[in-house]
Amino acid sequence: MDGIDVLIAALRVVGVFALVLLATIINVWAERKIVADFQNRLGPMRAGPYGILQTLADAFKLMFKEAVIPRNVERLVYHAAPFLAVVPALLIAMNIPWGRPFTIGEREILLQGADLNVGLLFILACSSMAVYAVVLAGWSSGSKYPLLGGIRGTAQAISYEAAMGLALVSVVMFSATYPGAEGGTLSLAEIVERQAGTWGGIVPRWNIIPLIPAFVIFFIAAIAETNRAPFDLVEAEQELTGGYFTEYSGIRWAMFFLAEYINIFSMSALTATLFLGGWNGPTWDGVLPAWISAILPTVWLFLKTYVLVFIFFWIRATLPRFRYDQLMQLGWKRLIPGAVLWLILSTVVIGFRQFGAPWS
Amino acid sequence: MTVEVVIFVLMGLTALGGAITVVMARNPVYSGLGLLGTMLSLAVIYVSQLAHFVAAIQVIVYAGAVMTLFLFVIMMIGVDVAEDTAENLPRQRLVVGVLAAAVVGFAVYLGVSQGFDWVPAASGEPVAEATNGTVQAIGERLFSTWVLAFEATALLLTVAAAGAIALAYFRRRRAVRE
Repeated sequence: MDGIDVLIAALRVVGVFALVLLATIINVWAERKIVADFQNRLGPMRAGPYGILQTLADAFKLMFKEAVIPRNVERLVYHAAPFLAVVPALLIAMNIPWGRPFTIGEREILLQGADLNVGLLFILACSSMAVYAVVLAGWSSGSKYPLLGGIRGTAQAISYEAAMGLALVSVVMFSATYPGAEGGTLSLAEIVERQAGTWGGIVPRWNIIPLIPAFVIFFIAAIAETNRAPFDLVEAEQELTGGYFTEYSGIRWAMFFLAEYINIFSMSALTATLFLGGWNGPTWDGVLPAWISAILPTVWLFLKTYVLVFIFFWIRATLPRFRYDQLMQLGWKRLIPGAVLWLILSTVVIGFRQFGAPWS
Repeated sequence: MTVEVVIFVLMGLTALGGAITVVMARNPVYSGLGLLGTMLSLAVIYVSQLAHFVAAIQVIVYAGAVMTLFLFVIMMIGVDVAEDTAENLPRQRLVVGVLAAAVVGFAVYLGVSQGFDWVPAASGEPVAEATNGTVQAIGERLFSTWVLAFEATALLLTVAAAGAIALAYFRRRRAVRE
């Protein structure tokens, strides 16, 4: 660990940070454009070509806006809550492998903030920390609509976290079936590496193919965890005038939205990493120039991520919001039993294939 | 001074500060946040001891699930309710003070007397650093040496969960009937 290693680590972290912020700028614009297309409107058109600078303009406007702070807020918590929303969102993005590791000289450079042995658990921990922002913002505002939004947020996060965790277990178990692997893994870099190659030379060895029920459950839970439509009861404009961030304005309000869009992006990237093979894809090493082969994995991951981001926007434009009891029923009576059933089924099948029949 | 010592002192102070907040804060929400701070600082100490798995579980289970439920309940009840300051247990402050003084006295005695070995020397072969505290290492121990304790704990938790459901469910049904 010398100076250059420290520098590389710092560059990796700053790189992921910049990537996530840049993606957020594009995603906000993309969502407005896509939803506008769904609704037969034009969407933002004025700022820059096709309105692509609209997000920047909005961000500057929000920065210079007066931050109105109501008299009844609990000041300390009220000021801390927007940061509590952004930090877990960034930490999740830090843990995702954004491309194939490459070597310069003798150093191997990971395109990842950090490759943790407990990567998947770390991500679950961060996403369970994210709920504090909603709860504390709702409570500290000292007003009834934010409080209701905060309480809804807690109940929703607890319900869907369980389904999410259960769906992930089969991914970890399935990673043990990769040829030459000793046991499963929780490290995201290894999960991606174990999706390399194909079945029979045609079908890519992605986790989604054997584990499609887990993918469906995980993706639904991911939408619920990011509080996106149709699970956006936390901020339901019609009932709660915005929910937990009703009393926020200016740049603090913008930080909640920043966190939401970072979460959409990193949850899509996480789903692509876990189920769609991450950065795996044809790179034509040796045929193309080396630098193109080094960049291609990142391009594949971005393509997969943006397919999922588009699905996020598509669902938002298409489906109406759930009622609160429907939300709870879907979580506890459909997703969690479904996840448990799938867990038992996949355990039996994977165990059978790894160790043979129990009577043999 | 190693990095480990610096982390330990910082996080130890944060944990203590959080613990004091739990008992001293006038607003129960701040008590909850103090407890959250204590749990998170403990997780950082675990990480500095290379116990990454334990740290992650600490955050997921305690900070993520248990504390969220605490805060949920505090908010549902409402924090504006005037607190009943009458103490149910007579002379509890005195008893707690004596107990705390005994613990502190014992710790001071251990520190002053030379016979105490702070970190007992490791017996046998030291574990390789890379396998120390990883999921694989913990899983291997858990499902070989400690499998009986593991299964018994799992059974106990299942029974507790079923019991909680049974208590809540049957009480409600009886209330509806009456």
